[in-house]
Amino acid sequence: MTSAWTWYVVSLAVLNLLGCVWLLRANTRRKPTDPKPDETGHVWDGDLTEYNKPLPRWWINLFYITIFFAVGYLVWYGVGSLKGYGHWSSKSEWALETAAEDARLDDTLKLYAGKPIDVLAKDPAAVSIGRAIFINRCAACHGSTGKGAIGFPDLTDDIWHWGGTPNRILDTIQNGRQAVMPAWAPTLVAQGGPTAVDDTIAYVLSLSKPKQPLDAAAERGEKLFATICVACHGPQGKGNQVVGAPDLTDSYWLYGNSLASLHKTLNEGRQGVMPAWKPVLGDTRTRLLGAYVWTLSPHKEPPPAGAVIAE
Amino acid sequence: MVGVEGSYNDKVIRQFAVMTVVWGVVGMLVGVIIAAQLYWPGLDFDLPWLSYGRLRPLHTNAVIFAFGGSALFATSLYTVQRTCHVRLLSDKLASFIFWGWQLVIVAAAITLPLGLTQGKEYAELEWPIDILITIVWVAYAVLFFGTIAKRKVKHIYVANWFYGAYIITIALLHVVNNLAIPAGWFKSYSIYSGSVDAMVQWWYGHNAVGFFLTTAFLGMMYYFVPKQAGRPIYSYRLSIVHFWALIAVYMWAGPHHLQYTALPDWAQSLGMVFSLVLLAPSWGGAINGILTLSGVWYKLRTDPILKFLIVSLSFYMMSTFEGPMMSIKTVNSLSHYTDWTIGHVHSGALGWVAMISIGSIYAMLPRLLNLPKMYSIKLIDTHFWLHTIGLVVYIASMWIAGVTQGLMWRATDPENGTLVYSFVEALNATKPYYLFRLGGGLIVLSGMLVMGWNVFKTFRLAAASTAPQPLLPPDAADARA
Repeated sequence: MTSAWTWYVVSLAVLNLLGCVWLLRANTRRKPTDPKPDETGHVWDGDLTEYNKPLPRWWINLFYITIFFAVGYLVWYGVGSLKGYGHWSSKSEWALETAAEDARLDDTLKLYAGKPIDVLAKDPAAVSIGRAIFINRCAACHGSTGKGAIGFPDLTDDIWHWGGTPNRILDTIQNGRQAVMPAWAPTLVAQGGPTAVDDTIAYVLSLSKPKQPLDAAAERGEKLFATICVACHGPQGKGNQVVGAPDLTDSYWLYGNSLASLHKTLNEGRQGVMPAWKPVLGDTRTRLLGAYVWTLSPHKEPPPAGAVIAE
Repeated sequence: MVGVEGSYNDKVIRQFAVMTVVWGVVGMLVGVIIAAQLYWPGLDFDLPWLSYGRLRPLHTNAVIFAFGGSALFATSLYTVQRTCHVRLLSDKLASFIFWGWQLVIVAAAITLPLGLTQGKEYAELEWPIDILITIVWVAYAVLFFGTIAKRKVKHIYVANWFYGAYIITIALLHVVNNLAIPAGWFKSYSIYSGSVDAMVQWWYGHNAVGFFLTTAFLGMMYYFVPKQAGRPIYSYRLSIVHFWALIAVYMWAGPHHLQYTALPDWAQSLGMVFSLVLLAPSWGGAINGILTLSGVWYKLRTDPILKFLIVSLSFYMMSTFEGPMMSIKTVNSLSHYTDWTIGHVHSGALGWVAMISIGSIYAMLPRLLNLPKMYSIKLIDTHFWLHTIGLVVYIASMWIAGVTQGLMWRATDPENGTLVYSFVEALNATKPYYLFRLGGGLIVLSGMLVMGWNVFKTFRLAAASTAPQPLLPPDAADARA
């Protein structure tokens, strides 16, 4: 801000405050020519009149106090390019507060530095910090209880698209994930004709109902699956945690199992993004976060046979 | 004998007075609906036109510009005629203003649910409606100041200074804030961007509070309080000091809506200190109104209209104390973005603006209809208690909710500095108060329905008495050639 603009603003502010002082001074004392306090001079609309009583003293003083405070405050905190005597700025206050909080946090965090998340998960104090980080950072997508939402994985079950070992979970949190399901519909139609998308969906849906025999559509879909989908989801549809390809034989559907949703997946593809949190939170806090996430899951189920398990 | 030349134009006043009640009921009903939506989010029935984001601006526009606006048109045009002892400058212009303003309101009621908005708070309406508002407003200024120019008394009554300041300033605020480049009939882009846009918006927004919702209603106070109390105004010189101080200082206060944002620190400081300086000028008007009752306080026992007027001044004092406090950066860091702000706004809007308007309409309506009083004084009293109780429930629940939110959002673990609560936890903690708020709003709305019934019955009583009222000649000592 140039000094010309600064002085423009300062003069307007000073003029306005001086104007208030002048108003108060000019009207505090009664001039001999003024009407007396109990005199009602003019009459409007038959019976509307006005006294001319003095301004209440406490009110005048209140007015002066606020004006003095305003001047003092502006001198201390500055206006425009004129720095105040207090050398304050919101930036410097932020820096000071952040430094103080960071120092306190460093003290706390050094206890947990470098530890694996399943070890930290046994320490209630660590899990409590992890929870605080989770509800403020992760809850927006995964929900306050970690149950997830359409497109955002449930963290309370034992299904892990990118691997559920302590190191894989930490890797996911620290470095993020970019899942890509391509839009396969054009390729499928080129190979299997106009019903190819429906056929593939029929087969994919049959994977989680192994006891039912395949119908004609699902049988056609099986062939398409074996040439295209198999690359990531595996010959039995058990998925591949190395590339984040979901297991299609379980009952969990990241984007829902409605026909509309499955059509959308094949027609438009899916791009799931988990942001990388290490640059934001640093190493130790992501470990504490991982410890809390570790406690959410039961860790009971053995990995499904035939799946590619990442470590 | 008096002919048409020698009577007041009360037709436009009656029209605006009735629409004040109608829009009051409609605006508060929309408020109750969105309050219910905050408690039961499913109440939008998945229809975009009923979504909270579209109904909320409909509520604010309806209560401020339809309800408050109609009350201001009615009382200002009534006051200017009575205190200038002259008929309005032009009946045609008066009629144009009434129908023009109703058209603006209907256009708002259609476009806002359709999602057509500039995205500027309290200035959501798109540019064609903005132009219509400008035309109606210029006509209003011509009518008001033209009537003052041909007044029959030497001195301009104090209420008219306040109405005059409001008419001029709203024109300025409306035009500057709505400058935009149209991109089709229903879409435009503001000529401002970034923090300049934010500053212009809140320069407008706060002065809409300052001039539309404060200065103008002080004009209403200066006519109806002394009239209803039958007492002289307490102090002429106090009215001079607080008038000039109020209109000069209000202009600076806008940045307090943008504390701790990208606005430069010094602009935030100026907004804060001028908001504090504003305390005394604001209270000046309230003191002048309340002390006007000196010697006739007993009238409050029997006159519910006077109760409305005086309690509105108490809420005015309370809100204008709370406002400067909330503008202090330290307080603002707790209160901003919480429901405390909603509570503050409603103590101003339902306490001050609505109560002074309701009281003034009750005082004015029988006079417009050549009746000694409203159909039922008892129902006015019922309305007074419904309004007051509903309002207190509303404000108290929003204070508790707001302070709870502010404290939960900032709570950090003393051991490790991490935040203690998630956003949803704070929301859960405040949910019960949303139900109390809805209850308070319903009670206030029921009071408005009582008013509607009372006004309807009063009109029925007066079926034959809308005869024009003769101009009152001015006092000989004050007459102007």
